[in-house]
Amino acid sequence: MSDYATQIHRCFRCGYCKFPSNFIDFNCPSYKRFKFESYSTGGRLWLLWAWLRNEIEWSEHLSEILFSCVTCRNCVEFCPMKFKEDIVDWIVSIRSVMVEQGKVLPKVSEFLNNIYRDGNPWGFPRNKRDAWVNNKDRYSTNDEYLFFVGCVGSYEPRGQEMAKSFMKLLDTANQSYGILGTDEECDGNEAYMLGEKGLFKELAQKNIEKFEKYKVKKIVTLSPHSFNIMKNKYSGLKNIEIVHYTQLLHDMIQNQKISFSTRKTKVTYHDPCYLGRYNGVYEIPREILENIPGVDLVEMPRNRENSFCCGGGSGNFVYDLLGRSEDSPSIIRVREAYETGAEFLIVTCPSCKMMLDDAIKKEGLEKELFVKDLSEFLLATMKQGIINMGSNI
Amino acid sequence: MESIYYSLVNIVGEEYVSNQKEELFIYSQDSGMMDPHEPNFVVLPKSTEEVEKIVKLSNIEKIPIVVAGGALSLSGLTIPHQGGIILDLIRMDKVLEVNDNSRYAIIEAGVTTGKLKAYLERNHPELRFSMPDAPPAATVVGNIVIHGQGRLSQQYGFNSDMVTGLEVVLPNGEVCKIGSGSVSPYWFAIAPLPNLAGLFLGWYGTTGIITQLGIKLYPKKKLRDVEVFLVEEPKLVPDVVQRVTFTEMPEDIFIGAQPYPPAYKDLIMIGICITGDTEEELEFKRKLIWDALRPHIDSKEGGFMVMTPEIKQELLEIPSSSTTRFADVLKGGGFEYCGPIIPVEKFPEAYKKLLEISSKYSLTYGSIGRVIGRSHCMMFTFGYPFNRADSKNIEITKRALYDANVASLEIGGVPWKPEVPAQKLIMEKMDKNTLKLMQSMKNFLDPNRIMNPGNWEV
Repeated sequence: MSDYATQIHRCFRCGYCKFPSNFIDFNCPSYKRFKFESYSTGGRLWLLWAWLRNEIEWSEHLSEILFSCVTCRNCVEFCPMKFKEDIVDWIVSIRSVMVEQGKVLPKVSEFLNNIYRDGNPWGFPRNKRDAWVNNKDRYSTNDEYLFFVGCVGSYEPRGQEMAKSFMKLLDTANQSYGILGTDEECDGNEAYMLGEKGLFKELAQKNIEKFEKYKVKKIVTLSPHSFNIMKNKYSGLKNIEIVHYTQLLHDMIQNQKISFSTRKTKVTYHDPCYLGRYNGVYEIPREILENIPGVDLVEMPRNRENSFCCGGGSGNFVYDLLGRSEDSPSIIRVREAYETGAEFLIVTCPSCKMMLDDAIKKEGLEKELFVKDLSEFLLATMKQGIINMGSNI
Repeated sequence: MESIYYSLVNIVGEEYVSNQKEELFIYSQDSGMMDPHEPNFVVLPKSTEEVEKIVKLSNIEKIPIVVAGGALSLSGLTIPHQGGIILDLIRMDKVLEVNDNSRYAIIEAGVTTGKLKAYLERNHPELRFSMPDAPPAATVVGNIVIHGQGRLSQQYGFNSDMVTGLEVVLPNGEVCKIGSGSVSPYWFAIAPLPNLAGLFLGWYGTTGIITQLGIKLYPKKKLRDVEVFLVEEPKLVPDVVQRVTFTEMPEDIFIGAQPYPPAYKDLIMIGICITGDTEEELEFKRKLIWDALRPHIDSKEGGFMVMTPEIKQELLEIPSSSTTRFADVLKGGGFEYCGPIIPVEKFPEAYKKLLEISSKYSLTYGSIGRVIGRSHCMMFTFGYPFNRADSKNIEITKRALYDANVASLEIGGVPWKPEVPAQKLIMEKMDKNTLKLMQSMKNFLDPNRIMNPGNWEV
C-alpha cells in the first residue's frame, strides 16, 4: 500500500487543525464555511480512510468534501502530531486516486480539462495569453529575469493590473526582464494540488524545456502559486533562482532603484498561503510597506502563520466551492480587514486579489476598503511625486 | 423520515441539515473505542429558538436527540445509540457577556474552550476560566456537562462547580433558566435558589439541552511556573499531595506516570503549578512548597526534577498538546482512558492496578491525573493508546478499559464520563434508591425518552 493509506488513520481528530495558534476563531476555511465536522481536516481524513477501506462508497458529496480543502496548510501549521507535514500530501494523494478513477466534481474536471486543452483554467484561447500586454519584448538571454506571469496574471483583469504595475516598477528600476508570452504554460500548482499529477508533470516539463531553451537564470513570479510549485516541486531547476515579485521589489528598494513619496494612509496586509505558510515569506511585504513614509500598517488579528486563507486555493479562485455564504472565507476576511480601519487591503497574490475584491463588492464595502496588490500600491505611491528617500529596509 | 428532514430544513435552513452518509458516518463515532451508530440527521442550529423547535419536533416524531459539542469525550457519550438527530451546537458560538466585577461569563453552548480562552485574553486579560487539557475544539458546555476538570480545579473544584447559571431547553421543548438568571439579569450564582443545575450536570444530555451557560471567571496572574516533584513509591503520593495542598499555594497539581522514555519508568511525577504577579510572590510560594516537602527531600524519598526550559514550557502549555500527542504513541491515531474520580489516598492502589492491567494485556500506558479541590479527590487515568488500524489491538484495549472500570469501582472510585458499559457497572453498584430517584427524574423530565437514549438507562 502506498504511504498515505498506511498512515492516514493516525489522525486522532483532535481538532487543533481547526484553529490558529491563539484559538481566536476557526481557521480551517472549509470547516469555518460549512461547520459540519466532515469538512474539518480530521473529519475529511477519517472519511477518506473509510473510503479507502470500502467502509463508505464514493459519492459526489464525498468528492466535494475532499476538493473543498483549499490546501492552505493551516492544518500542517497547527497539528500537534509528528505526521503533520504529511497532511496536505495525503489529501493530494487521495485526490490523485479520485482523479485517476474519474471521480471528481464536474467543476473540478472542467478546470483541469481547460488547463489540459488551453493552458489555463478558464478555457480562454492560448493565443490570447499575452493579449494584455502591448509590444513587450519576449524574454531574451540578455535579460536578467524571466517574469513568469501565470494564468491569473495573463487572463484575469485584476491579475493583469498587478502584472502591469509590477512591470512598470521593473521599468522604473531599469531592471532587465522579459516574458514568455504565449510560450508560457500554466505553472501547474493547481493541477498538482488537485491531484492531477500527470498534467502537472506535463506542464512542469514544458515550462522547464522553455526555461532551458531560453537559458533562463532567474525567474520572478507574479503568483505565490507559481513561486511555490517551481521552488518546491519542479525537478531540474536547481540552477535557476526563483523569487516571488515581492522579494525582487524588496531588493530593488534596498538598492535604491525605486523609492516613494509620503502617503498618509492606513493599510493591512493579507498573507497568501503559498507565500506565507508554504514558503515562510511573511516579513518582506511588511518591511516594504512599513518603509513607505506615512503608511501605517495595522495587522488583522489573524496574520502571518495564523493568517486566514481567502478560500481561493486548489482551484477555488475559479469554482469557489466555499462561496455563496456569509461564512465564505473571503467574506470573513474582508470583514476582518475592514474592522482594522484600514483604507487598503494589500495583497501579493492575484488569486487572493480576485477573491477578496469580489468579497468586498458582495459586502458593499467598495467605497471604504480597497484591495490593492503591493505593486499597484507602490506604483500609486510613486506617482504622487517621486522623492528619493533612500531606504531603511 | 423525509417529512422530518423537511421540517428540520424549515427550522435551520437546508445548508445546516444533512442526511448524507458522509456526515452520518462522521457523527456516528468519536475518537474513542465505542462502537459507532449512525444518526438519521445531523443538524446545526444557530439559536435557542431553533433548538426549542427541534426538540418539539422530536417529541412529536418520537425521534431521539443527541447533542454534540466537540464530540471529544472519547467515551462515546455523543454516539447516537438509537439513531435520531445529532445536534451539533457549534454555530451557537457567541460569548454573550463578561461581567468583570462579578467575574462570570455567559456563553452559548457551542463556544469552544479555545475560543473562550482567546476571547478573554483579548478582551479581559485579567480574567481566566478553568481550561481543561482537552483539545481547544472541546466546548465549555461539553466539559461542564461531563463534570470536567481544568487548570483551576485544584483550587475551585470540578468545572461543573463553577456554573453560575444555565439556560436549558427541557425535553418537552420549554426553555428554562437556572440560577440567579431566572429572577435577575445577573447570572452570578446558582445559590440561593434550589440547585436545579444538578438536574442537568453529569446527565450527558439525557435530561435537557444546555443552550447557555454562566461560568465563573477567576483572576489571571501575570506569571506562572511549574515544579515537578519525583517519587518512586506510590504510597508517598497522598502525603505529598496533602503537604502541598495544605500550603494553599498551588494553582494546579497533576500526577503523571509513563514507562517511556525509559528514564521516566517507575517514577511518579507530581507537577505543581504556581502563579503570581511578581517574581517575589512566586519565590515565596516556591519556598513554602519546598519547605512542606522538605521531609521527603531529606529522607531522599523524593526530590524536585531539574527541567529544561522546553520541558517547563510544555508543562505550562494550556491546553496541553502533549496530552493529545499521546494518541500517536503507537502511530495508530487512538487514545482512550478510564479516568475514575478517586480519593487521593487511593492513588497507590489505582497505580498498582494500572501496572497490573497494562502488564496483563501487554499494553503501554500513560497516566496523568489531577488533584481536585484541596485534596478532596483526584482524577486518575488508566490511559492507553491504540491503533485504529489494528482490530486486535482495539479489542485488547477495550478489555483493559473494562478491567480498569471494574478496578476503579473496587478501590472506591467512580469512573468519570463513563461509556455505556461503565455506566452499567456504576449503576449495578449504586444505592438502589439513588437509582430509583434517577429513573424518576428521567421519567418526569423526558417521558418520551428522546434525550440521548442509551445513556444512564436505569
